Amino acid sequence: MSMNEYKPLIVAFCCNWCSYAGADLAGNNRLNYPADVKIIRVPCSCRVNPMFILRAFQRGADGVILCGCHPGDCHYTSGNYYTRRRMSLLFSMLDYLGIERERTRVEWVSAAEGAKFAATMNDFVETVAKLGENKRLEDLRCKK
Amino acid sequence: MQKITRETLIEKASGLISNGTVTSVLGWKRGEFDYDITPAIFETVEEITKDFVWNDFCGANFSKYLISKTSKSEGKILVFLKPCDTYSFNQLLTEHRFDREKVYAVGIPCEGMADITKIKATVNDGIVKIDADGENLLVTTLYDDDAKVIKTSDVLAERCVNCKSKKHVAFDELLGETGEVIDSDRFDEVAKIEAMTPDERFAFWQNELSKCIRCNACRDVCPACTCEKCVFDNPQSPVENKAPTNEFEEKMFHIIRAFHVAGRCTDCGECSRVCPQNIPLHLLNRKFIKDINELYGDYQAGAEEGSRAPLVDYTLDDIEPSDAVNRRDTDA
Amino acid sequence: MLRIGVFVCWCGSNIAGTVDVEAVSEALKSEPGVVFSTNYQYMCSQAGQNMIIDAVKEHKLDGIVVCSCSPRMHEATFRKTAAAAGLNPYMVEIANIREQCSWVHKDMATGTEKAIILGKAAVAKVALNAPLTPGESNVTKRALVIGGGIAGIQTALDIAEAGFPVDIVETKPTIGGKMAQLDKTFPTLDCAACILTPKMVDVAQNDKIRIFSYSEVQDVSGFVGNFEVKIKKKARYVNEDICTGCGACVEKCPMKKNPNEFNLGMDNRPAIYIPFAQAVPKVATIDPNACNMLKNGKCGLCEKICTAGAIDYKQKDEIIEEKYGAIVAATGFNPISMDKFDEFAYNQSKDVITSLEFERLTNAAGPTAGKLLRPSDLEHPHTIVFVQCVGSRCENCAEKGKEYCSKICCMYTAKHAMLTRDKYPDTEVYVFYIDVRTPGKSFDEFYRRAVEEYGVKYVKGMVGKVSPEGKKLKVTASDMLNNKQLHIDADLVVLAAAIEPDKSARSIATMLTASMDTNDFFTEAHPKLRPVESPTAGVFLSGACQGPKDIPETVSQASAAAAKVIGLLSKDKLTGNPCVASSDEIMCNGCSSCANVCPYGAITYETKEFRMPDRSTKMRRVAKVNPAVCQGCGACTVACPSGAMDLRGFTTSQIIAEVDAICR
Repeated sequence: MSMNEYKPLIVAFCCNWCSYAGADLAGNNRLNYPADVKIIRVPCSCRVNPMFILRAFQRGADGVILCGCHPGDCHYTSGNYYTRRRMSLLFSMLDYLGIERERTRVEWVSAAEGAKFAATMNDFVETVAKLGENKRLEDLRCKK
Repeated sequence: MQKITRETLIEKASGLISNGTVTSVLGWKRGEFDYDITPAIFETVEEITKDFVWNDFCGANFSKYLISKTSKSEGKILVFLKPCDTYSFNQLLTEHRFDREKVYAVGIPCEGMADITKIKATVNDGIVKIDADGENLLVTTLYDDDAKVIKTSDVLAERCVNCKSKKHVAFDELLGETGEVIDSDRFDEVAKIEAMTPDERFAFWQNELSKCIRCNACRDVCPACTCEKCVFDNPQSPVENKAPTNEFEEKMFHIIRAFHVAGRCTDCGECSRVCPQNIPLHLLNRKFIKDINELYGDYQAGAEEGSRAPLVDYTLDDIEPSDAVNRRDTDA
Repeated sequence: MLRIGVFVCWCGSNIAGTVDVEAVSEALKSEPGVVFSTNYQYMCSQAGQNMIIDAVKEHKLDGIVVCSCSPRMHEATFRKTAAAAGLNPYMVEIANIREQCSWVHKDMATGTEKAIILGKAAVAKVALNAPLTPGESNVTKRALVIGGGIAGIQTALDIAEAGFPVDIVETKPTIGGKMAQLDKTFPTLDCAACILTPKMVDVAQNDKIRIFSYSEVQDVSGFVGNFEVKIKKKARYVNEDICTGCGACVEKCPMKKNPNEFNLGMDNRPAIYIPFAQAVPKVATIDPNACNMLKNGKCGLCEKICTAGAIDYKQKDEIIEEKYGAIVAATGFNPISMDKFDEFAYNQSKDVITSLEFERLTNAAGPTAGKLLRPSDLEHPHTIVFVQCVGSRCENCAEKGKEYCSKICCMYTAKHAMLTRDKYPDTEVYVFYIDVRTPGKSFDEFYRRAVEEYGVKYVKGMVGKVSPEGKKLKVTASDMLNNKQLHIDADLVVLAAAIEPDKSARSIATMLTASMDTNDFFTEAHPKLRPVESPTAGVFLSGACQGPKDIPETVSQASAAAAKVIGLLSKDKLTGNPCVASSDEIMCNGCSSCANVCPYGAITYETKEFRMPDRSTKMRRVAKVNPAVCQGCGACTVACPSGAMDLRGFTTSQIIAEVDAICR
């Protein structure tokens, strides 16, 4: 399989107030990014349990990205600050276990940053595509 | 050999039972073997005199037992706490897990506990007896005529070699003396793994975690894992475990377990002590502790009752996750 | 299992242009639970909605998936449709196949493939949806305003005007706050007392308003619409109801040498005092630290002189408990301490004063009866140096100053300078500034008048040092525009001290579970769109406690906060958002992790008895979420190690079902 044909599976968790709206704005402005990105809406980035991220990898996701309001702009005032700490520790742990650190990312995308959303997704898909399939974290029994 | 004697502890326990200060005592007694010491509840002076044990194998941390004991019994319970146990004790108090009023805590000094795995590696099988003799342990086996002499300091548990504190941070009464917090080398092992290449790290953990048999001993003994019902046991939870499993389930379990106790783990080392597969589980917890110390400032769970755990706290200028993960590269 | 209906929208060609809608509705037919699947040109149209309603009835649907535009667009629409069809409105999930699919992908094959996956995720989620009903709670139709400065006064008056009872709690013996201490106000130069004191009288005379002066809030519990507050009314040793404010006691009191707080300690007051002539309530207060009678039982003169019999040496602190529907924080500001600014010699010379002290020096009711005399020798100063930004915009000096701009100093300094030149044209007036900031109606014109008409000497640069020498103050400063050092022999130096939130704000915020920023200003629920609300429901912000403000801005915000309060109190019932957290007490450890991360203080704990499988009972501490306070962020769900805490509408099972469906 050549690099071009390989399609990574990307799960993107987006907070309802900023990043999901940013993704909508990317749509309104017809800014393209690969269809490999599938968005799951959560009220706030702080709703994302590390378990969701591991579960996605277990089921064969190649990359997981978490998008929330910029620090200081959280709709709930402090949610993304907790996210930031949790994900710093979780990603560092995954790295410690030898998982490619490029497979996980946190990005702050505001409701006005449609262009940033599209650019982020383009970049993330490209990065993950270069890594190839996620083999280290997937559970083979979960494969079709 | 422990500085404080079994007799001193028995005298203290019997005295407190007799004068009615406490109605039960949480202590140690012999299990199947001399080195297989298990936690036990004593309710009479007779039981204490007969069965109470204190030696180099009394590693068990009693803090967690207080949750179920205090929620049911009416009377006060006496608990003996080694310095490292007091941290777990405080952490559980911080989390409102037991009623402090129902506990009489006696701090006891600890010279470090022996690791039976290390002893077994140096002697024949069939250990029938282990006696303490000053700085040494005398190990009698089925197949040797004479007891083998081992220096206790050579077979100390890893957590005791890297003991983080001889200081008691909570007690009602101290027997013997309390010590100081120790600037130990406990993070060296973690740093070693961090210095490996990703492939080496993956291989290391793949090798270790694939040994896991999901017996849940690490979870059951952990004084931070005190959930009424663990998410991995809960049929309503989408991650209820399905044993037997492949290695990813193990990673999922151990990562989430370590994450759930991150900022709450006192680094007591019980997980690694009880692991029948000798997986160095404490290296997962210590990674979180090391990261927390480096990223958010030194924090020792349990050192102070009521302190705010780093994961339920934040500052406005915390490090970004990408910088946190890449920080070692930029340092280099 | 639910009977799920799937409705795929074409959105004209917006979706259908890049997504094969027929293929999507066909593919989703075979998903577990789906009993009906169709597509239509415009699902949001009346015809489209009727289609949903008919299908619900015909196929006995109890779950609906609409594959359409963003839920931010039409989720509310389709929830209403579901309700019209007799379903619970929360049994609807939207798959966003327009903004996040057809509009961003060009290729029909990939667009269709992705739309199917998004549809599957929505089906998997709706299968785990539960009917949700918004909670209802009552509203106590009474408001509490904490702080009786101009902010609190304006808020209280507006709320009372709308017909709701209001209580003001003020720590000082009188309301009025900082504005009562000011002389004139920029940019119109009308006297502060002339515009403030009538409002104070309005407050006193309004039968909807109660004033608890010399009082403080001690405890707050409850939540929006239902706060329970304990107010400590400190003993003032004078019966407020009887005292006529005649002032005879004040004149006769022998203990006269106590620093007068109202004049910032620049003169003295007796042990029994009325802060100023127009105080509201106009009653005397005995300072227990100064009164001989209270300290050692000797004197009793005021009791003898009081014809009304209002003096009561045995008065005790009183705790008042009251219920409120809304609480307004109007705790105000103070100038920062000048103790650490040694370079300005504030503590070495009486003639180095703050701007607020300058206000008192020029105020007709002040210590010098309005004559500008320097404090050390009561002589008329001929050279005055004003220093701006003392402690404001102070980078890297967190230990003594503030990083932010205090906002009001440029204008009041221009006012001081102008008034000085107006009244005493023989006085030379210098103003040292970093920048002059005058963004406000008629503000810049005002500043230019000070420079152009009144000849105030504005110098861009900072004062480096003030050293008292004899009767003079040697001022060393830099003139940045002309790049030279200036040496001025001044008679009076006035420091425009930065302002900071009142010290009481921190404890008030803790009681209200309202958040604060690093400078202890209250945080607004949204910096742009909800500037007068705290993130904590039912708590509103008025005046400088939210950030530095001048009087017009303070009054605007005070009225805005009042409007919000009136809006809240006009409701008979509060309907909540049903997508809130809830804790399963069987699994809850009571560890407090959830409460520690909750930004709204929505989580409390109770100790409950549980029956164990072996029929014994045990006492356990468990979390309880107040659905009226919870806003549904979900921070608690991840903090909770046991998984006892879950978020309705976004449950762990639902999100994992979506993950699984996407990764399948």
